[in-house]
Amino acid sequence: MALDKPYADIPGTTVFDAEQARKGYPLNTFCMSLMQATNRERFKADERAYLEQWPMSEEQKQAVLARDYNGMIRLGGNIYFLAKIFATDGKSFQYAAASMTGMTQEAYAQMMLNGGRAPPGQSDG
Amino acid sequence: MDLGKSNEAYWQPVFKGYEVSRRWMAGNTPDVIVLVYNDHATAFSPDIIPTFAIGCAGSFAPADEGWGPRPVPMVMGHPELAGHIAQSLIQSDFDLTIVNRMDVDHGLTVPLSLMFGSCAAWPCRVIPFAVNVVQYPPPSGQRCYQLGKALRRAIECFDPNLNVQVWGTGGMSHQLQGPRAGLINQAFDRRFLQHMVDDPESLARLPHIDYLRDAGSEGIELVMWLIMRGALNAQVREVHRFYHVPASNTAVGHLILENT
Repeated sequence: MALDKPYADIPGTTVFDAEQARKGYPLNTFCMSLMQATNRERFKADERAYLEQWPMSEEQKQAVLARDYNGMIRLGGNIYFLAKIFATDGKSFQYAAASMTGMTQEAYAQMMLNGGRAPPGQSDG
Repeated sequence: MDLGKSNEAYWQPVFKGYEVSRRWMAGNTPDVIVLVYNDHATAFSPDIIPTFAIGCAGSFAPADEGWGPRPVPMVMGHPELAGHIAQSLIQSDFDLTIVNRMDVDHGLTVPLSLMFGSCAAWPCRVIPFAVNVVQYPPPSGQRCYQLGKALRRAIECFDPNLNVQVWGTGGMSHQLQGPRAGLINQAFDRRFLQHMVDDPESLARLPHIDYLRDAGSEGIELVMWLIMRGALNAQVREVHRFYHVPASNTAVGHLILENT
């Protein structure tokens, strides 16, 4: 029986639930391996060869090679694991977040300075 | 702080907000802090995901999150109190994972830095209490609130002379992933701060979907504050309240509450 997902219609948001975790396990464990410096060096030396050691789908590998973070999330990645990839690239959280919104980092930073992105149609809580 | 940026214009309002807090902390330094926080895929990998994990070790090293370990002191734990809390909570029907070795990431060390500033050693012991907010669902607000009450009972029957604070961290509203990254909901956050003071039961009843929709996928971290609030009396005195957007990629909110 499929998971009950009342959050499926929240715009611009993928919730990392059990189903996503199941799909993303190989991708997320690959990400965790980048916490070791020797692994980061091996990955940077030949990304495709490093990825081949993980039971990831071809789609997941392509998403990593392309640094397509929205794609990685769709394929089961979670941002806290994916952060190891952009840390390896020497990029900040703000850089990665901006890339997922289709904004430049400068525009994203300005939006945050202006108070952030307000949610449309918010409930009265 | 680590990059010497405290005096930059961007960070000024954040650090000014914590000036009051630091003065209060200096005059109210406890013996132990039970610090409720979320690990950011540092100590916990996809292999093991504990809902609640209590650090029972004598010390915890600041983690290397990709930029070298944060240049902050070793976190010294309190194994006797932590072990007592673990036993008490499990016997009160809360399910805990006991951790005897782990590094602690910015989720734990940044609040310490904000409250204590730069120091050669933290002025008190810290018991890390990690809550899963990585894989959905985190524990419910109600579960967190009730755990806070059980935590209070456990602490009180350990040593009446020991001064213990409970810190809740995380949030406030924010979203780090997907096209909706950058979300901030000031109305939600301000209501949350108010209800933390005067109506925590309503927050304990807030369903996860409301956090996700209104406070962002990462805003759901706020459930952790309910552990802190559950450990306090029904009536509390508000010592300090502070709220500011932006701080890095989130809204930052801060409350100091005392039992009346």
